[in-house]
Amino acid sequence: MTEKMQETATKTTNLLVAGVGGQGVITATHLLSQVALAEGYDVKQNDVVGMSQRGGSVVSHLRFGQEVASPLVSAGAADLLLSFEMLEALRYMHWLRPGGLLIYNLLRINPSTVAAGFAEYPGDVRERIEASWERTLPVDGNALAQQAGNPKTANVVLLGAVSVHLTFSEEAWLSVIEENVPPKTVEANHRAFALGRQAGKA
Amino acid sequence: MREILTGNEAIARGAWEAGVRLASAYPGTPSTEILENLALYEDVYSEWAPNEKVAFEVGLGAAFAGARTLVAMKHVGVNVAADPLMTAAYTGVEGGLVLISADEPGQHSSQNEQDNRHYARFAKIPLLEPSDSQEAKDLVRSALELSEEYDTPVMLRTTTRLSHSKSVVELGERPPECDNPLTSIPRNTPKYTMLPGYSRIRHPLVEERVARLRSRADELGFNRLELRSRGLGIVASGVLYQHVREAFPEASVLKLGLTYPVGARLAQELREYVDRLYVVEELDPFIEEQLRLLGIEIDGGEHVLPRVGEFDAGLIARRLSADGAPGADALLATAPPTPVEGLPQRPPALCPGCSHRGIFTVLSKLRVFVSGDIGCYTLGALPPFEAMHSCIAMGAGIGMAHGMAKVVQPGQKLREKVVAVIGDSTFFHSGLTPLLNVAWNRSDAVIILLDNRTTAMTGGQQHPGTGSTLMGHETPNVDLPGLVRALGIERVTEVDAYDLAEVESTLRKELETAGPGVIITKGPCVLEYKVSAAPMTVDLEACDACKRCLKAGCIALTYEEEGQSAYVRIDEAQCNGCGVCAQLCNFGAIVETARTEA
Ligand SMILES: Cc1ncc(C[n+]2csc(CCOP(=O)(O)OP(=O)(O)O)c2C)c(N)n1
Repeated sequence: MTEKMQETATKTTNLLVAGVGGQGVITATHLLSQVALAEGYDVKQNDVVGMSQRGGSVVSHLRFGQEVASPLVSAGAADLLLSFEMLEALRYMHWLRPGGLLIYNLLRINPSTVAAGFAEYPGDVRERIEASWERTLPVDGNALAQQAGNPKTANVVLLGAVSVHLTFSEEAWLSVIEENVPPKTVEANHRAFALGRQAGKA
Repeated sequence: MREILTGNEAIARGAWEAGVRLASAYPGTPSTEILENLALYEDVYSEWAPNEKVAFEVGLGAAFAGARTLVAMKHVGVNVAADPLMTAAYTGVEGGLVLISADEPGQHSSQNEQDNRHYARFAKIPLLEPSDSQEAKDLVRSALELSEEYDTPVMLRTTTRLSHSKSVVELGERPPECDNPLTSIPRNTPKYTMLPGYSRIRHPLVEERVARLRSRADELGFNRLELRSRGLGIVASGVLYQHVREAFPEASVLKLGLTYPVGARLAQELREYVDRLYVVEELDPFIEEQLRLLGIEIDGGEHVLPRVGEFDAGLIARRLSADGAPGADALLATAPPTPVEGLPQRPPALCPGCSHRGIFTVLSKLRVFVSGDIGCYTLGALPPFEAMHSCIAMGAGIGMAHGMAKVVQPGQKLREKVVAVIGDSTFFHSGLTPLLNVAWNRSDAVIILLDNRTTAMTGGQQHPGTGSTLMGHETPNVDLPGLVRALGIERVTEVDAYDLAEVESTLRKELETAGPGVIITKGPCVLEYKVSAAPMTVDLEACDACKRCLKAGCIALTYEEEGQSAYVRIDEAQCNGCGVCAQLCNFGAIVETARTEA
């Protein structure tokens, strides 16, 4: 059984969610917030939303607990970092506190600088992540989403993996997902969540 | 009922609950969502104005007529609205007027990092700063009440981390009596007509009002003294209060909700209670200076904390402990681990299919001087285009191009000719008067209007050229070429933004012709109008790997090398089928998907 992030009922839990503009980072974090609220916690979330263009680095902060003051997770204080993309996992890794858990999607999205040939995407990105952080959990969100029957459910797969490491009830998760996804996709999203939970237990 | 709301959503809710009748704004990060959310309440009249000055004036008019009013803008928007603001402070109002100034410490999406709290002092109006969404909602009502009681506009200042943070809010309702109809405009010429003779009478009242507010500052219920440890006291406001609570959980804190004018009583009490007193504020030492003028001794503020960028709890814990402040949270006070270095940056880029791409591809090729403006198209300054050479403020690009063209004689050198580039929303915001100047005073500057039918940069808001309003009503659509001609520009050419040959030949012609000329490039924003065509694909046989297509700066294109062979690949999931890269290819290697499949 994996160690849960919420060590005590009074401690505030710090999550950071990172990814690339257009991937749905903010929406996914909002689902997390909703679940925390449903479970009776005080919640604060902060996203940097600025330019509407695609492709930039995006990060969302989420804190929940008995009573939360600051909406920001300070660098070096995150209990859990969820990254939707491998390079972004490396970029925000220092946000984790010692012993924090890094869950990352096995997905590579080239920054515009790389696509245009000005910079190189580190070829050994996964090895670098594994070499520089102790507690890691890679998840193939996109493959599992395919398996769930809808490639757009990758974010819910990743949330499923995160859910294993938080104390929220499965019912709370399932009902928040149901309330927030298009009605036709509820079943696929529930399957995606279950696959994510399996992956999260690895 | 309790809900998780962003600061901006909470402000909108607060305005609705407090009986605001009219709200006006121009979009700008981080303020935009205030009006987008207010527009969801049908009993509040909400509109986008063409710019912040107009927004403020619309609000002021409604407030003179007795309506509770909200006006919202980003920090630099207040610069645009400053002229009427400074004098509205003299006239005061009938109905409450709250001006939301959304500041951006950290400059996530702005051209500067100015501290707008100075505007409150400059205009001599009260300033409120909420520290979470609940307070944001509550303070909108307080601001309106204060505005009516003290007969003054009130400024409510948020920052990005307040506007965009979500926290739990208790919702209320809108009392029906707020909607009793107003049937006349109160007349009071000496109060509302600022001839010098009348204005001179108002000025002492403004001074007296500030003094009265200052003497009552700690009695108004906005400031709270939390006495805990005697070792350390901190004065903070806004979201910084929240960071301080995390960084030094045991510290005594004076939480200021009213940051102009700052009162003396609670600060004095805290000073006497603690050994060390700090002021924690981002950007300028605004509170600190007021406290020092009140004779309060501060142990640390300005010299301990950075004067640029934004703070978090970790930064505050580290800086203050290093200065000897006791009781920091242990984890936060440790030095943060260093980020992994040498990673490729991930800057925002023009979307695949963006109608600005072709223009910047051509400008980049011609290497003319581009006097830019603010919008998505400012990304044209970045590689691979590097085709914008100045950008200062909204609407500034045309006037600056005119100034440059007046003093430089480029002769035949294309590279030294000046082109101004401006988006449609920015043109309506503040491009009309400088273009009028170009037409009137005649320069050779070429002006390109990028007509993408939206305010894309801030998420796609309506403007006078979209044929619709914020509340979703249809409205006449400005005839852009007609408007430009009416200003006195004789040569106006409309081009297809995706046709590189047409863009280039038109631009070359304009650059060779003396006198002002305007080119309007047409192509709706692909995000806002959900435009997409079938993705293109690369015929690998034909691809020469020359990288010419990469000049389009599109994230759907990737240059790949595999052993001996090299080629460019198109990510079908991202490609929008706009065809700009295909026009750049000399080998006909970029083709429509359907053709290879056939
Ligand atoms: C005074 C001021 N108000 C608002 C903004 C925020 N802002 C920057 S660009 C822009 C408008 C962009 O629209 P447009 O000119 O049509 O260009 P697009 O992004 O659509 O390409 C806005 C609202 C600002 N920077 N300065």
